[in-house]
Amino acid sequence: MVVRENFQTQLDELRELLIELGRLTGKALDEAIESLKNQDLELALRIIENDVKVNQLEEEINDKAILLIAKQSPVASDLRRVIVAIKISSDVERMADFAVNIAKSVIRIGPSKLIKPLEEIPKLAGTANQMLSEAIQAYTDEDVALAKSMADKDDTVDETYGRLIQELLGMMKEYPDDTNQIIQLCFICRYIERTADHATNIAESIVYLVKGKRYDLNE
Amino acid sequence: MNMTVKDRPKKKQTETKKTPIVNVENVYKVNQLNLWYGEDHALKDINLDIPEKQVTAIIGPSGCGKSTFIKTLNRMVETVPSVKVSGGIQYRNQNIFQPSYKVEELRTQVGMVFQKPNPFPKSIYENVVYGPKIHGIRDKKTLDKIVEKSLRGAAIWEEVKDRLNENAYGLSGGQQQRLCIARCLAIEPDVILMDEPTSALDPISTLKVEELVQELKKDYSIIIVTHNMQQAARISDKTAFFLTGEVVEFSNTNELFSNPADKRTEDYITGRFG
Repeated sequence: MVVRENFQTQLDELRELLIELGRLTGKALDEAIESLKNQDLELALRIIENDVKVNQLEEEINDKAILLIAKQSPVASDLRRVIVAIKISSDVERMADFAVNIAKSVIRIGPSKLIKPLEEIPKLAGTANQMLSEAIQAYTDEDVALAKSMADKDDTVDETYGRLIQELLGMMKEYPDDTNQIIQLCFICRYIERTADHATNIAESIVYLVKGKRYDLNE
Repeated sequence: MNMTVKDRPKKKQTETKKTPIVNVENVYKVNQLNLWYGEDHALKDINLDIPEKQVTAIIGPSGCGKSTFIKTLNRMVETVPSVKVSGGIQYRNQNIFQPSYKVEELRTQVGMVFQKPNPFPKSIYENVVYGPKIHGIRDKKTLDKIVEKSLRGAAIWEEVKDRLNENAYGLSGGQQQRLCIARCLAIEPDVILMDEPTSALDPISTLKVEELVQELKKDYSIIIVTHNMQQAARISDKTAFFLTGEVVEFSNTNELFSNPADKRTEDYITGRFG
């Protein structure tokens, strides 16, 4: 007999909201890179405007979680489920902020011609975004194996990031008139790299949710 | 400039904190305890060590044997006809079931507080000195001291000090329960058994008793049966989860309520059955 049906429904709702938050954030990251590739300033502006929705959703998740704690006194895995929802939502919200930061950099670069065609940055962003969607999938299915394999991708992201920064810094001398663009591209790389770090945090939260123990997956 | 450094500070690998193992004395060692009410097998193979000067909570659904268990600790369960017990309970290293064991002595060491406050229909003062008088203390000054000490110990002195000669029935339910605790303290027991001591009390009185339990564990070993899981989580050091006469899990309260080892414990404390 399921005694706490109402409580279970509320936990389910909390999870659905978080999945929606992940979807919106994934979309924002995609669009941010799209706006960079096409130097689409209008799209960049739209991303910045749309971030309000992500923030509202994160607040809604927090409010719901607080009410659940106050009214249902969850313990054990129920409590972890609520706490982890708060933690993951804050990671995801931060990832959406990075999409906004990328959009702002796109605006700062403006319409000036890109010094070289973009290949690696979109690829890096693709990996980070895939990490987010796998994180949300792992959260939905409470899949520890997926969470861990997703977190492993962070190493690739870190390596590519290091290499790209080196490359961009090298270009500073070559294109002294384009330092602004180069710096913005460096920032964008940084934002993407940070996005992947937050995905790793989510993986840690998922392992904690399922196992009740903490692991640092960033080793 | 080296930019290939991994650019996120590494956190130190942290294991989930475990309560350090310290050598605590056990007041009770329960070994393979079985109990039957006639044909009904009420307690099955119970093995528990109850630590000294800590609060041990017993939780579990109705009919799981928790009240039976606590009443076994002072042998009160024997007042029920047709009870049969096997196995052993060692209190302070003595088997309380051995024929030569004096049950009266056990009960001077092990006080009990019940679900409903049950003061005697006497004055507040007489309620507290009842036990000590039975034990032969007649000196008025000594008795006065015991009354004040016990009532202070039960956190009710300030509320009743000016009306010690009034009938205990005039007190509120919460006050009556604390008076019963004071009556229990008056004989200076070693262990206090509490059988759902707050289930008949309002929330504020409940919190007062919970606070009191925290104070009392400095001097007494407390075993509390409670239906209120949050209460067990708040006030106990160790928790035993009983189900159909068995101990499913007995561990540190922090552990049991955050990451229980047994699925049945998880289901019970999260309210998935019961």
